[in-house]
Amino acid sequence: MNGVHDMGGEHGMGPIQYEKDEPVFHAAWEGRLYAMNRVMGAWRKWNLDASRHQIELLPPANYFRMSYYERWVESLIERIVKGGLATRAEIESGNAAPGSSKATPPVTTANVATALIRVSARRPVEVSPRFQVGQHVRARNINPIGHTRLPRYARAKSGTIDRDHGVFLFPDTNAHYLGEKPQHVYSVRFSARELWGDQAKPQDAVYIDMWDDYLEPA
Amino acid sequence: MNTTRRDFLTVAVTAAGATATHDLAHAEAHDHQGVPSDVVLRVKSLESLLVEKGLVDPAALDAVVDAYEHKVGPRNGARVIAHAWVDPAYKQRLLANGPSALAEFGYGGTHGEDTLVVENTPRVHNLVVCTLCSCYPWPLLGLPPVWYKSAPYRSRAVIDPRGVLREFGLVLADDVEVRVWDSTAELRYLVLPERPAGSEQLSEEALAALITRNAMIGVAKVALPQKGARL
Repeated sequence: MNGVHDMGGEHGMGPIQYEKDEPVFHAAWEGRLYAMNRVMGAWRKWNLDASRHQIELLPPANYFRMSYYERWVESLIERIVKGGLATRAEIESGNAAPGSSKATPPVTTANVATALIRVSARRPVEVSPRFQVGQHVRARNINPIGHTRLPRYARAKSGTIDRDHGVFLFPDTNAHYLGEKPQHVYSVRFSARELWGDQAKPQDAVYIDMWDDYLEPA
Repeated sequence: MNTTRRDFLTVAVTAAGATATHDLAHAEAHDHQGVPSDVVLRVKSLESLLVEKGLVDPAALDAVVDAYEHKVGPRNGARVIAHAWVDPAYKQRLLANGPSALAEFGYGGTHGEDTLVVENTPRVHNLVVCTLCSCYPWPLLGLPPVWYKSAPYRSRAVIDPRGVLREFGLVLADDVEVRVWDSTAELRYLVLPERPAGSEQLSEEALAALITRNAMIGVAKVALPQKGARL
């Protein structure tokens, strides 16, 4: 979707606010939330792409007003409700509905180390690559309303296949539970001038990882 | 109401930070710092519900927090880089096949299954960003700092990398090639910084101590400690 999360090349976001000796979590709730998000994933009610898309669905004003982990709070709650793990009424009250059954947590201290290893997005299947290293390609000009990892600043721009990373599931379908559609992912080199015009140095470049479905021959 | 209070506090924190550090570019302001708000209660209430329903084990949450606060962090990446500096064969393996070379250190897993290591040289400078969200090589660097996930960095790293680097105090020569890596897929990127001149006598361990998170993202170079400082 053409959302505010897709911010490569935007102006007006202000200076980078650098914090010396930054803690991993700035408050205890951030750590609890981070951990809940990881551990709740073990219920397999959503996937990583769906989680990312849930954050993209935040109204733009909220996206900018919220801190990073505040966005995660909203995203996690939506996924819990959509996944049927708790009702919105339970979330709002903070108490389980009377008479509801109690589950057994899939992640405990005994298995936390292994349970949190995410299943890789790489797929060990034979799929022919549509492009070869060194080939000139163009990023397609697509504007899907759903999830995509093709940033707007690269659409309709030309580049060169720098390397073939192998076969991975396709987030545009996976985020919506429409199948994994495994396909090759390439690192595509775009010259900075192609992306941004003469203001960029001629030798500079941006490398963007792109799925087969994002590309066409140039 | 909450927003108003937060905005007020943000302004107050910004002003205090700027005064204390005399470093306006790096003013220490964070809109989530020390601001009590409903989010604290909301997360507490969510945890208590999930525990009551048997969906999470609070001890497992403790273990996750502990892992990222104390075990996983940029020291992991620094060990790998220092080893690559002293062992040319390892460096070659690391650049040719990141995941298998990192596995020699036991690093892999979540958000690091497919890590590519990109090498800085006198001619080429690499910089890593995720313009769409916050992708970052967790097993090697831990969780990303706030600035890496923030709009100013994500928006400008691709269109004005040299300007971003200047804000970090790094001015590149005009003829250096800047390569920005936008982590749009499940590949993760780690920068192999240049080994500083004059570090020939240092042990691998002493080298690792010099390598910062910022250098492995590409917003800094690795520097020797100033004269007189203890190694």
